[in-house]
Amino acid sequence: MKKAFAGLRPWLLQRLTAVFMLLFVLFLLAHFLFDPPRSDAEWRGWVLSPGTSIVFTLFFASLFLHTWVGVRDVILDYVHPAGLRIGALALLGSGLLAMSAWVARILLFTPP
Amino acid sequence: MMMPRKTRPTFFNLAQIELPVGALTSIAHRISGLLLAVGTPAAIYLLDLSVRDAAGYARVAALFGEPLFRAASLLFIWALAHHLFAGVRHLLTDIDLGSQLQTARRSAWLANLGGLTVMVLALGAML
Repeated sequence: MKKAFAGLRPWLLQRLTAVFMLLFVLFLLAHFLFDPPRSDAEWRGWVLSPGTSIVFTLFFASLFLHTWVGVRDVILDYVHPAGLRIGALALLGSGLLAMSAWVARILLFTPP
Repeated sequence: MMMPRKTRPTFFNLAQIELPVGALTSIAHRISGLLLAVGTPAAIYLLDLSVRDAAGYARVAALFGEPLFRAASLLFIWALAHHLFAGVRHLLTDIDLGSQLQTARRSAWLANLGGLTVMVLALGAML
């Protein structure tokens, strides 16, 4: 029974993350249009403020999940030899994990 | 018994294969997605540098003045805009909006031109 729904989860994940990222892009665009940062302190203060940094965290979480589903689809379409395929998926996964750690460091541990 | 036809059609002139506009949108969606994935570490690096200190912020601002960096960021902006428009088109199709062939072709044109328009606007903002 579960097999009938295989693939539905990544499909849904791709769409939910897409909608969230669409809202984030509009939010960022509005900020730069209506209240552009005038100095480095202002920019840092905005990015690292509690509200914005949570929005940024959710955005990057969405981005990495979206990238995982999307690039995985591309790999499954074009990379056929099993070893190469596993290697490519492992590279993608570890790259995304490393970037997650990097973003977490930026958003959590940048001194204000 | 009939002789097998020796002159079966093997016509395969790539220049004469017509790619429907929807196919163009589709392959561009894939290519732009890969470009965005490849550009993500660079974008994170810029974010990191820009919030680090005053010197880092100034460095990022100065980068946007360099021609090669501008060209790369324009490509990234095209990829983002096209991927976003083509993605919205997909989402609308999911809820059964614009699945009719005529509408689908029109929205495919809109997505393709929308991506290019945003890139031209970004170029205008840079100059």
